[in-house]
Amino acid sequence: MKRFLVAAVSLGLILTFSPSLSFGAKEKKGEAFKYEDPIGVVKIKPGQPIHIAYWFVIAGPDASLGIDTKRGVEIAIDDKGGKLLGHPIKLTGQDSGCNAEGGQAAATKLASDPTIVAAIGSNCSSEARPGAPILWKAGIPTVSPSNTAPYLTDPKRGPEYDGYLRTAHNDKVQGAVAAEFAIKKLGVKRAATIHDGSVYAEQLQAVFAETFKKLGGTITAQEAVSPTDTDMRPVLTRIATGNPEFIYYPIFIAAGGHITRQAKEIAGLEKVYLMSADGTFSPDFYKAAGEAAIGMFHSSPDFSAFAEGYKDFLAKHQKKYGEKPIAPFHAHAYDAAMMIFAAIEKVAKKGPDGTLYIGRKALRDALYATKNFKGLTGTLSCDQYGDCADPRIAVYQTTEENVKKLVMPDKPFWKPY
Amino acid sequence: MKTSFREKLTPTDLIMWSIGGILLALIVIGSWSTLSSGKYSARHWLDFTIFGLAQGSIYALIALGYTMVYGVLRMINFAHSEVFMSGPYTAYFVAAFFHTSGLLDSHPLLSMLVVLLVSMTTSTFVAYLLERIAYRPLRTAPRLVPLITAIGASFFLQYTFRGLYGSGFQAYPVIKPLERHWEILGLRILGFQVVIIVAAAVMMMALYLFVQKTKTGKALRAVSEDKETAALMGIDVDRMISITFIIGGMAAGAAGVLYALMFKQVHFFMGFIPGIKAFTAAVLGGIGNIPGAMLGGIFLGFIESLGPSLFLDGLGIVAPYQLKDAIAFTMLVLVLIFRPTGILGERLAVKKA
Repeated sequence: MKRFLVAAVSLGLILTFSPSLSFGAKEKKGEAFKYEDPIGVVKIKPGQPIHIAYWFVIAGPDASLGIDTKRGVEIAIDDKGGKLLGHPIKLTGQDSGCNAEGGQAAATKLASDPTIVAAIGSNCSSEARPGAPILWKAGIPTVSPSNTAPYLTDPKRGPEYDGYLRTAHNDKVQGAVAAEFAIKKLGVKRAATIHDGSVYAEQLQAVFAETFKKLGGTITAQEAVSPTDTDMRPVLTRIATGNPEFIYYPIFIAAGGHITRQAKEIAGLEKVYLMSADGTFSPDFYKAAGEAAIGMFHSSPDFSAFAEGYKDFLAKHQKKYGEKPIAPFHAHAYDAAMMIFAAIEKVAKKGPDGTLYIGRKALRDALYATKNFKGLTGTLSCDQYGDCADPRIAVYQTTEENVKKLVMPDKPFWKPY
Repeated sequence: MKTSFREKLTPTDLIMWSIGGILLALIVIGSWSTLSSGKYSARHWLDFTIFGLAQGSIYALIALGYTMVYGVLRMINFAHSEVFMSGPYTAYFVAAFFHTSGLLDSHPLLSMLVVLLVSMTTSTFVAYLLERIAYRPLRTAPRLVPLITAIGASFFLQYTFRGLYGSGFQAYPVIKPLERHWEILGLRILGFQVVIIVAAAVMMMALYLFVQKTKTGKALRAVSEDKETAALMGIDVDRMISITFIIGGMAAGAAGVLYALMFKQVHFFMGFIPGIKAFTAAVLGGIGNIPGAMLGGIFLGFIESLGPSLFLDGLGIVAPYQLKDAIAFTMLVLVLIFRPTGILGERLAVKKA
């Protein structure tokens, strides 16, 4: 009984004194240092890392997109010496699968981690559509290196996308370049398009079709397949009934490979021009499409127009990974990471005990306020809807050597400017 | 109660039949207006038919595995799609080796046979192990247990192969003689289509004869009729069940190589969609019935290739091939409304209620 009393009394003492003690300490500190943010503040103790997360496609047929962008981010971290404001940078990530479900799952996992300051991703626009609002609800701004669908930075996109920005071009540019190329360079008059129901492909082919018609061409068919389809021969036969001279299929690697291989087998399509876009611009696509890819066209960012530092970047890439970049968006990912680092440097405040305070709303606002940022892909300036790119799109042609050695062409075949 | 016909109509029957009637009417109207518009020539229809036949043959070969296992064990082997994946994915490395060593170009027939053999062996081995490890210990468990085990086994195999061969995809090398095509009466036939259709027909015929004419085939049928009685007649039931899995694995391995000839890309997740389609084909044809699976597979192939153009074009639907799967599954619903046991299905109510 005696021991119980002692225990109870000491417990009572602890309960009465400890809150007042800690309250007292907080108030005392609060007078000296105050950092507030309407959404929340990330506090990073001295020696603790600044946590940046990616959500990329790192498995499956489109893994080249994710691995390429992840490498871009890693090189950016190396260039910073792995440190930001005296704190180490920690990079973790989730696979987003290049579809809406994967994007939602990856974003949900990231959103549940309160230590994440900012995210880089996603790769495919279908992932960002459900994913970006989930992240922003958790106060995590995200910068995408490779989402290109116009919807994501459209004025009508809604406030749930307020935390979303991208360093990739908007497909309003890419689709128009492809249409101009078809009409002005190739001189074709009749074109067909194929999309795979993803927000990227559907909007990109729509922009292409609209521009193509405006320039005086005829669209013979706007077909759709699903990303997991393998037998494209029936749909290609249907397209052949319209006698197109040009087929534009801005889709992803697996289905794009099937279409490229099977198109030449179809009666009436032997001489048709084939063109795809940045989603399939990868050595993996050459693996999927084989020799059928020789002579076809891709629209993609113009590497020759990238800034001076790009050569350095390529050298570091070769040294670190032993190969050339495997998709078009590594430099965009590098820029996205650098943009985030710069914004963190701008808004982060150090408390008297060395703790770093980063306001989530402040960080988002700083990212949106990015102006004349010198990146690898050009000079980045974000507009009020998060479009930051300096978009210069060129058209590339695949040669026999590209397919044999599995490397992307690095010299543009045609430029609109 | 021996009556197999319906004694009275329930409201559910009426609703189901009217849904069936509406679907049927849509199909007839759509087909009629497509055909009368003259957008497609006879040659196009023939092309569609051949595409469908080639794709359908592959579905049929995979469907055999589902239907035979169901026939013997009354369970749906959801891991069969991974049995299908394991063969061609493993054989890819052999094919790639032949390609780099030049054997594929100098002796295409021989090297393809080796690739086929490797694929069939791998699939057979996986199917056999699956039965021994995952299903046999659960033989007497309630029916839901092996079903869930099958789903677990499916994931296990998928991620095992992902771990073994990587999460990316591989592409089969091109076999030059098969890329040729012939024009016969204005009809274009591609080399690999001939190979697929002939190979599938030969294999299905051989299987049918095996099951119908040999002693082992008779024993198999006996086990599928009634396991206990078959055991009393001196048939080794466990051995028969193993043989069922082995035959299903062989057919799946062969189907895998044919699939790789047609589509080239192989990856750890490649079995999922063909597996679901082949399962649909097996149900369409009447699950548990071997000729039914063949018929169901080919029927499904035709529907996928002809359906969107034939049914939907006439109804003015844009981009009909997006709805390919929807049409295939609608046909499944339609068949099951009018024939609940599938096209050639057995009358379950009488035999194994």
